[in-house]
Amino acid sequence: MKLPVKMTINGQSVSHEVEPRFLLVHYIRETVGLTGTHVGCDTSQCGACTITLNGQAVKSCTLFTVQADGANIMTIEGLAKDGELHPIQQGFWEKHGLQCGFCTPGMIMLAVQMLERYPKPSEEVIRHQLEGNLCRCTGYHNIVKAIEWAADKMAAAK
Amino acid sequence: MAVTEDRLFGKSIKRREDPRFITGQGRYVDDLKLPGMTYAAFVRSPHAHARIKGIDTTAAKAHPGVVAVFTGKDMTGVNSLPCGWDLRKEKGIPGVVQDLAMVPHMPLTSDVARHVGDPVAVVIADSQSAATDAAEKVNVTWEPLPAVTATDKAEKGPKIHDVPTGNVAFKWALGDAAATDAAFKTGGAVTVKKRIVNQRLVANAMEPRACVARYEDATGELTLWVTSQNPHVHRLLMCAFVLGIPEHKVRVIAPDVGGGFGSKIFLYNEEVVCSWASRKIKRPIRWTASRREAYMTDAHGRDHVTDAEIALSKEGKILGLRVKTTANLGAYLSTFAPAVPTFLYGTLLNGVYAIGAIHVDVTGVFTNTTAVDAYRGAGRPEACYVLERMVDAGAAALKMDPAELRRKNFIPKFSGAFNTLVAVTYDSGDYAGALDKLMQVFDYKKFRAEQAEARTQGRLLGVGFSTYIEACSIAPSKVVGALGAGAGLYESGTVRVHPTGMVTVYTGSHSHGQGHETTFAQLVADDLGIPMEQVEVIHGDTGQIAFGMGTYGSRSASVGGTAIKMSLNKIKEKGKLIAAHLLEASPKDIEYVKGQFQVKGVPAKAVPFGAVSLTAYVPHNYPEGLEPGLDETSFYDPSNFCFPFGAHACVVEVEPETGKVNVVKYVAVDDVGNVINPMIVDGMVHGGIAQGVGQALWEGAVYDNDSGQLMTGSMMDYAMPKADMLPAYVTDRTVTPTPVNPLGVKGAGETGTIASTPAVVNAVVDALAGLGVDHIDAMPLTAERVWKTIQAAKAGK
Repeated sequence: MKLPVKMTINGQSVSHEVEPRFLLVHYIRETVGLTGTHVGCDTSQCGACTITLNGQAVKSCTLFTVQADGANIMTIEGLAKDGELHPIQQGFWEKHGLQCGFCTPGMIMLAVQMLERYPKPSEEVIRHQLEGNLCRCTGYHNIVKAIEWAADKMAAAK
Repeated sequence: MAVTEDRLFGKSIKRREDPRFITGQGRYVDDLKLPGMTYAAFVRSPHAHARIKGIDTTAAKAHPGVVAVFTGKDMTGVNSLPCGWDLRKEKGIPGVVQDLAMVPHMPLTSDVARHVGDPVAVVIADSQSAATDAAEKVNVTWEPLPAVTATDKAEKGPKIHDVPTGNVAFKWALGDAAATDAAFKTGGAVTVKKRIVNQRLVANAMEPRACVARYEDATGELTLWVTSQNPHVHRLLMCAFVLGIPEHKVRVIAPDVGGGFGSKIFLYNEEVVCSWASRKIKRPIRWTASRREAYMTDAHGRDHVTDAEIALSKEGKILGLRVKTTANLGAYLSTFAPAVPTFLYGTLLNGVYAIGAIHVDVTGVFTNTTAVDAYRGAGRPEACYVLERMVDAGAAALKMDPAELRRKNFIPKFSGAFNTLVAVTYDSGDYAGALDKLMQVFDYKKFRAEQAEARTQGRLLGVGFSTYIEACSIAPSKVVGALGAGAGLYESGTVRVHPTGMVTVYTGSHSHGQGHETTFAQLVADDLGIPMEQVEVIHGDTGQIAFGMGTYGSRSASVGGTAIKMSLNKIKEKGKLIAAHLLEASPKDIEYVKGQFQVKGVPAKAVPFGAVSLTAYVPHNYPEGLEPGLDETSFYDPSNFCFPFGAHACVVEVEPETGKVNVVKYVAVDDVGNVINPMIVDGMVHGGIAQGVGQALWEGAVYDNDSGQLMTGSMMDYAMPKADMLPAYVTDRTVTPTPVNPLGVKGAGETGTIASTPAVVNAVVDALAGLGVDHIDAMPLTAERVWKTIQAAKAGK
């Protein structure tokens, strides 16, 4: 049995028929073909699949596609506007907040919502907010710096 | 042509690979989709040890969408996965006490499964969900057998392979046993003996292992995309040893790879099975590990049980070190497994100290667990942990300051050669210099005052040091060949100058986070005096690169970089011949300065790099007897290992009521020789520290010895370090270039992991010293373990 779903991903309307058990992350990667969202675990720990859904950072491995019916989704591919990097993307580049790049899309999408909630987060807040996203390369040091850099940049732009 | 003014070598240049990663355009193996793609799911043993009585694939084959189901019995003519490191007396390998038992490791086992997760069948279907569903319909009749997983119980455990030596895979020793015995009998010597358990770890690269195999019937070519740190090694092992297919018809591509830490060096069952099956079904096959599969099948790391003894004079000089280690190799011999607890471990036990005598004795054992092989540091963290823990235990026994005891024993500053007692010769070192620098950055005196004050309030603060050394730039082929390696460990580097002066560099090194596309471009642009934008770096493709031994053992900059440097020299030498002709000068009068070939000392009489490159490809006005083209390949084989070193300090606070350890401060001073890109090197140090702290405090792969089940088989159970468990790190460095290679670079990928584990554990022991604690046998130092240690110490008083 397949069910129809319709949603907006990065401003584009998409609709397909999917199995009810089909995870949102697999829909995004395999059906829609946006492979920037990654799968790093089976148990909702790693956060490599983080996207924003109706403005909330969520782990797309922890939702069925049908649960996202009607939703407005943004993935890493939708963050830069007209070739202009988002300040958080810039921050990760400036502060060497990535090495292998695999956790990076999830980290960046998480940070999008983090900085909406906490426009000027302390190091402690950033580290606490990063709890749901794992990185094995950076030891988190430069991820924290990248988000601090982006927060400063975004505050200055206001 | 623009000429850069500043040197690019030594500059923190932003990484050129980052734009694709931060915009979601990285291309990892699992992102690949090919026409006609099929998907694989493996059927794995749920038992630690079980005989396979039968496999019924009927229901699976009938499942909608299933293309094929294969078991080990279908794979006729396919051989065992090879172990690339031999330890046999007849081969003249030093230190062998009992020959390595070369046990078979079939891609799909058909007689006995020897660990949880051992693959027995593969299901290939039109969709991943069909493959996964059908895999559950493969009916295996198991006869469970008794199992053993614990390192110290392996020797007497149920036999895992049909070999006369039982579960003892090998015995090996190094050093001078008689001199060590004598050192321990020195009059007045203080001796300390400790049990030191270095627990089993899982690498946990964030990208799970994956492969896509595509066989093209028309050409007979097989292309394998695989998460590999060394695609040429994958190809060689798979073609020559396992499948017996022609190497030149196989192309292995390791595209963007999401971290490795050693776990992606090795040839694994799944990529062999998919490559073989793709030839059978003549369609592409993709397989990607679930994280659960990764825990069960990615080669694990460490897992040593050691009894170590140190003898010191009353003045604190280290007289002798005696080490007896049992190393758990798991159920099978992974690609480099026997090298890790022997030549990458015993040879590092001299540390940075002038020690009187050393003897190490290692027994490798088989157990019903996932195979153990190199994990970041590989053998060197285990050696460093034993030595740095014993130095601290010795200091405690002598009631001497641990930093002071280290300083008393340092090998004096040198460059050229220091012969250790354990078979290796260090290249250059200034060990006291690194500790001095550390003490400048970390105010030790002030800390001890704070600690004393805290103790009066019942707070448990502690500091731990680690003055480490490691061997990297792996490795001189002659040396490793004599020690049992089945391969050379050189590297290749091609510099191709195009007619317009654009440069493509082909390296046999592989980047899976290290930033080679930036670092090597920096190196080349700096050397040629051209903008970095003119240089492109290609890696990870056997179809494009001459050959490559890949990336591990902190070897890319030192070995891979030097191969590139050799090709640059050749390019410049040939360019001089062309330039001399164009300038009507003698080649010996031409020099290359900042992007142009010029008559020595006469910058006005010059031809730019681009004019020479164009002439090389449009040789209308060209010297007699010179070949057109400007394209050079070199293979660099190092004359020695390189030995980075440094001094780390960690400050912890232990909560007395709960035993929870909080890392308060971490200071690292590393000496990795010359540094090409400091930002990238610092980043690797950060990540290394996090992994080492992870081992000290949280991580551990745990098997239940009764059932043989892996208890930590997901990220819910295996405690990966998170951002709020770690502090910001303070990093600094001293620079002692290596004389081994012309770049003076040693290697930076593993220092943090090697150094940090003992620094953290030493800090926790220091925090508890007031309670009478001088050692904790096992890691990780979870709150529970530390709380129990505190309770036992209190009860003992």
